[in-house]
Amino acid sequence: MSARRILRAGPVSYTILVVTALISVFPLYWTAVIASHTNNEMARTPPPFWPTGNIFHNLRLAMDQAPLTKALVNSLIVAGCIALGTTLFCTLSGFAFAKLSFRGRRGLLAFTIATMMVPTQLGIIPLFMLVAKLHWVNHLQAVILPTVVSAFGVFFMRQFLSQAVPTELLEAGWVDGASTFRIFRSIVLPIARPAMAVLGMLTFLMAWNDFFWPIVALTTQNPTVQVALAGLGTGYVPQQAVIMAGTLIGTVPVLIVFALLGRHIVGGIMQGAIKG
Amino acid sequence: MTITTTPATAPSSAPPAISPPRRRRRTALGSRAAYAYIAPFFVLFAAFSLYPFIYTAWVSMHEVDLSTPNKMTWVGWSNYTKLLHNEFFWNALKNTFTIGIISTVPQLCLALGLAHLLNYKLRGKTFYRVAMLMPYATSIAASTLIFAQLFGRDYGLINWVLSELGFHRVDWVNGHWPSQIAISLIVTWRWTGYNALIYLAGMQAISTDLYEAAVIDGASRWQQFRYVTIPGLRPTILFTIVVSTIGATQLFGEPLLFAGDGTTSGGASHQFQTLGLLMYQQGWTNFHLGQAAATAWTMFLIIVVLVLINTALARGRRSS
Repeated sequence: MSARRILRAGPVSYTILVVTALISVFPLYWTAVIASHTNNEMARTPPPFWPTGNIFHNLRLAMDQAPLTKALVNSLIVAGCIALGTTLFCTLSGFAFAKLSFRGRRGLLAFTIATMMVPTQLGIIPLFMLVAKLHWVNHLQAVILPTVVSAFGVFFMRQFLSQAVPTELLEAGWVDGASTFRIFRSIVLPIARPAMAVLGMLTFLMAWNDFFWPIVALTTQNPTVQVALAGLGTGYVPQQAVIMAGTLIGTVPVLIVFALLGRHIVGGIMQGAIKG
Repeated sequence: MTITTTPATAPSSAPPAISPPRRRRRTALGSRAAYAYIAPFFVLFAAFSLYPFIYTAWVSMHEVDLSTPNKMTWVGWSNYTKLLHNEFFWNALKNTFTIGIISTVPQLCLALGLAHLLNYKLRGKTFYRVAMLMPYATSIAASTLIFAQLFGRDYGLINWVLSELGFHRVDWVNGHWPSQIAISLIVTWRWTGYNALIYLAGMQAISTDLYEAAVIDGASRWQQFRYVTIPGLRPTILFTIVVSTIGATQLFGEPLLFAGDGTTSGGASHQFQTLGLLMYQQGWTNFHLGQAAATAWTMFLIIVVLVLINTALARGRRSS
């Protein structure tokens, strides 16, 4: 690699990047500021720029006015199930597409990749009719099952496994008389673990943030965090601080996870992009 | 980047010095069991994604009431003729288009520039990447509620800054263009960092030989960007344009929550009602699921046409 190629960033580049990082994070900080002040305090000129201890009072008010505890638990269940299901099912299919030969393999893989471009969100009307027929409206399985697999996940795992798992190793297992499932469990799964972790995190994040279908399939009686937030934002709440406190409660859990594991999520998104 | 640490099989372009005669012995692992591995994915995908998506076309030929979703009455094409004679459809189409343009174009240009900077040798590069992805981790609901505060007419921070700078306060919700710009800014805020990372991944995949050759030929930094980076990124750029187009056509959560009162009309004079929001209004405010299905299928056709145009433009530019 030539030294000329890797250009060092100058002060201008750093300034732009720092400003961008600030713009990216500032609205979240401002949420904490609003959540600490009454409407009257926010109306002052200049407005207050720091969060205060009042935020805890407003966080409690938000918990009282919106079913946020239930929403957090529901979101944890929904996003957890979807992340687990996606990771498991997509690793199974990804393994088959990467390492097994079977009739229709190429065609089915091409089909799977093509469906990544299909806006399945546009199918919510029949999906709603189906869920209504099953009497699942307002039940969590209505939001778990439709999103428990993803074409992206299959593609992601296939790309990883076809590179990371040496075919010779599988063949050795095969010659020794191990069943395909045995091979999957004791050879493929351990190798697949880092990619599964990344896919799980990405899926959890997307499931936690999913909006359109949950708002159709659930009500504020049994909401996910996003449904509860929508209810809070569109209902009559006189103090803005309470709305923002609720927003913080619904957002901070993912942001904490993100701050801790963001490096890997960044890696996962970039990894998925190169192949895509 | 983090997950390629496991030893990969040697790429075909770089065979080892002494390579044993090796045939592709995939057949050894061929098995009927393979279908059992792909079955869970395809069964769930068919039941909950593919079937509803296709069945939308059938529903759009029926009258279906939200309160009795299993009673369907055949009405033929009338949902479509009604839609084409509905002024709110044309309004929503126009809004979706304008919001789509003013959110996607600046967003992708910014992302390209940021990716270029992120590709420099940087101190603390992980910090910038994670910070830029924070908005992506923030949900549509949360970010729209936050921005609705920032764009508040009387006490919003943005209007305070504008008035300090000597401008008039802007009515970000009720104005036609202000509301569309505000919604576009929410979309831009959420997605720029994500797209920058996609571009960065594409840039890192461009061979350094090309840059070295360009440097030898005396190309300036800008010329390198223009004649090496951009052509190398073309497939990635097309990919992000297609994904953004699909996303912009379905825009829903931001205009729903930006109104702030739970109405589905997209503002008092429908100034920011998008196709996604119109579909939701038809189905879940007005109870006409059949009409909503016709709108959904129309949106799909629009997406197909737009994607084909994008692809054709990309092809045309490459051949010229």
